[in-house]
Amino acid sequence: MVPLSWYLALGAALFIIGIAGVLLRRNVLIVLMSLELMLNSVNINLMAFSNMHGDVRGQIIAIFVIAITAAEVAIALGILVALVRTKATLEVDEVTIMKG
Amino acid sequence: MEQAFFLLFAIVAIASGLMVVVARNPIHSALALVVCFVQVAAIFLLLRAPVLAVVQIFVYVGAVIILFLFVIMMLDVRKETKTPFLKRWRAIAVTIVTLLCVEMFALLLMGGQWRPPSYALQAGEMGSVRELSTTLFTEFLFPFEVASVVLLVALVGAIILTRREVR
Repeated sequence: MVPLSWYLALGAALFIIGIAGVLLRRNVLIVLMSLELMLNSVNINLMAFSNMHGDVRGQIIAIFVIAITAAEVAIALGILVALVRTKATLEVDEVTIMKG
Repeated sequence: MEQAFFLLFAIVAIASGLMVVVARNPIHSALALVVCFVQVAAIFLLLRAPVLAVVQIFVYVGAVIILFLFVIMMLDVRKETKTPFLKRWRAIAVTIVTLLCVEMFALLLMGGQWRPPSYALQAGEMGSVRELSTTLFTEFLFPFEVASVVLLVALVGAIILTRREVR
């Protein structure tokens, strides 16, 4: 029997790792992977609460999160390929085309 | 027994999550992310959600990571492996991460005072697919359709974004 707080702690830990990746890494690909990690930690929390209440709605929201994540990754990688074609860089601090 | 399995999955998940962030080579990051997602799927099994565990493996490991690996394969990533971390603003970023870490775990530890006493995690049988799908296709039918439209738009958008200009 695993207590609920363990799941929440795991979710928080993965979320913080994801935040660290988004804020600290330069490579756009790894920033995107860290985003995936953060969305996954949110899913863990949703599923833990769904199980706690004995309600399947949390699982359904998690399914939607997974679907939207798939869409987000497809668009993000498309933008990334278009970006590399025009600018030939993968580093987040060199992409300043839209800076005013 | 269950706690031992949870600890095993959680430790491997956190270790591979850290590996995603600190690895120099994006391919190593992607492979560590596969490990992390499989552990999370196992944790979904512990939470009695077998459907979500399978969906997690199919969508993340089968589609998302493969997409990442294809893009890494198409692009030249050798230059980025030399300076993996941001140089400017590093102090601010580390401060924000530390503050967030302290805040989240403080809230988790203090949150016990307000925890409603009646709730406990369900230890019973696996969640039934019938209940999940009935709720999904009755109560959540409209969000389901919206999600499918979003996926279609993403499909078309990704094709248009990556297409070369035809003049």
